[in-house]
Amino acid sequence: MEFTTEQLRSVAQLARLELSESDVELYSRNLTDIMGMVEQLSAADTEGVTPMAHPLDMTQRLRPDAVTESNQRETFQALAPDTEDGHYGVPRVIE
Amino acid sequence: MSAPDLNGWEVVIGLEVHVQLQTVSKIFSGASTAYGADPNTQACAIDLGMPGVLPVLNADAVRMAIKLGLAIDAEIAPRCVFARKHYFYPDLPKGYQISQYELPIVGLGKLDIDLDNGETKTIGITRAHLEEDAGKSVHEGFAGSGIDLNRAGTPLIEIVSEPDIGSAAEAVAYLKKLHSLVRYLEICDGNLQEGSFRCDANVSIRRPGDGFGTRTETKNLNSFRFVEKAINQEIERQIDVLESGGTITQETRLYNGATGVARAMRGKEEANDYRYFPDPDLLPVMTTESDIAAVRSTMPELPDAKRARFVSEFGLSDYDAGVLTSSRELADYYEAVLAAGAEPKMAANWVAGSLAAALNAEGVDIAESKVSPGQLAGLIARIDDNTISGKIAKDVFEAMWAEEGDADAIIDAKGLKQITDPDALGKIIDEVIANNPGQLAQYRGGKDKLFGFFVGQAMKATQGKANPAEVNKLLKEKLAE
Repeated sequence: MEFTTEQLRSVAQLARLELSESDVELYSRNLTDIMGMVEQLSAADTEGVTPMAHPLDMTQRLRPDAVTESNQRETFQALAPDTEDGHYGVPRVIE
Repeated sequence: MSAPDLNGWEVVIGLEVHVQLQTVSKIFSGASTAYGADPNTQACAIDLGMPGVLPVLNADAVRMAIKLGLAIDAEIAPRCVFARKHYFYPDLPKGYQISQYELPIVGLGKLDIDLDNGETKTIGITRAHLEEDAGKSVHEGFAGSGIDLNRAGTPLIEIVSEPDIGSAAEAVAYLKKLHSLVRYLEICDGNLQEGSFRCDANVSIRRPGDGFGTRTETKNLNSFRFVEKAINQEIERQIDVLESGGTITQETRLYNGATGVARAMRGKEEANDYRYFPDPDLLPVMTTESDIAAVRSTMPELPDAKRARFVSEFGLSDYDAGVLTSSRELADYYEAVLAAGAEPKMAANWVAGSLAAALNAEGVDIAESKVSPGQLAGLIARIDDNTISGKIAKDVFEAMWAEEGDADAIIDAKGLKQITDPDALGKIIDEVIANNPGQLAQYRGGKDKLFGFFVGQAMKATQGKANPAEVNKLLKEKLAE
């Protein structure tokens, strides 16, 4: 299965990955190879097999509904590049 | 806005409702979900998407989802799986939302809604799944945008309907029913202003018999009125486009409640390529029959069952029963009035009538009623035993609403006790007749309508306190003399 340069650009955009034009050809060839390798799995007969959601054969533990966290805003916001009035500051996201 | 002229088009609507579950902590962390806290004071390392943290699922969120599933007759998945839904937006720090995709906790279900013509329609529910809410972006007063992540990680259940809804009015009926249901179940506070109950509407139109038309999704509908307006607007827009030879583009539209205008979101905002995959941080959730039985044992009586019981047990009309069971609080209030000894039909009239009107006029909840169920029952008892007339009772109710005391105290203090004694009433009626010789002559001359005039005069002479039945009886006798 060919992974086209168009698909590559679209996936990069969705993942917000910057792509230099000189790499487009190479990456799309690499991904085509990887897809080809993964494609071999389709040959396996999975009729009646429950899709695996997790490699561990265990079930999710649940926690009781209780507040266990206290306010640590100062600690967290000390790590942030920009804060304003208790908010995390980001570039304007609406027009 | 009234329903648009369909000109032969058929409307197909499916709704996605986000219901905020009323847990005290978040779905995957122990941070508080209390509304209105200072920004980011309830956003812990997990909510912030810090590296190395591990989400752990809230048991109550699971129980609430099962409760909803049971209430809509749905199958509860014995095994459900959480998936990552990827998109980039500043209020989603991890770059993905933990949701459910292929294996949601609640499967096919249904909800019956009442239509304006009195019929019942069953709306299919495709699925309901658990997920986390995102944070909030604020723009006003910031150089850029400010991000508050207190809401990030708040548990939601998203309820997806089948495309069974045929008009904006049906959409509103469905939403109101669902809204009442989640409040009955005590899984959501139902607060629309605070965003606890939000709706996205998928709308398309087609010629009867044709396949589905292209649909649009209108987001951000957080009031019943907006839902109706936005859907009708979208139906009209689609009819205009198609009838002028255009085609509908599949797009996401954002409704602005303040302006009443919806606009198409830009391509980038709606790049719906979410690249779902099972979240490796969370294991499959297994729900056993005994888990389900445990939740079932906590189920309250649901609105439809309560309504049917009010009809059969108290002899109410289906309409009255529907009004009284529209919210659990109202139904509880009504039953408390009955428990205090009131006659069911009178109690229904008072609760759905004067009480509802007073609550409406002040815009307050039944929980804030200034008249308690016991007080209302006390008033009804005085009507029932003929101490006061129904008309005077309205005045007593107003005084009770003004917190002047119980019915008996008000009746005593204001001297409102009904006059039923035939001797006392007879004297008053004699005076009324003596004072109106002209009308008396006309009445006896055949002008029967004047009977009402004499009743009015007698009531006036007693400030409305005369027992109407007794007045009628005595007047008939005396006017015939």
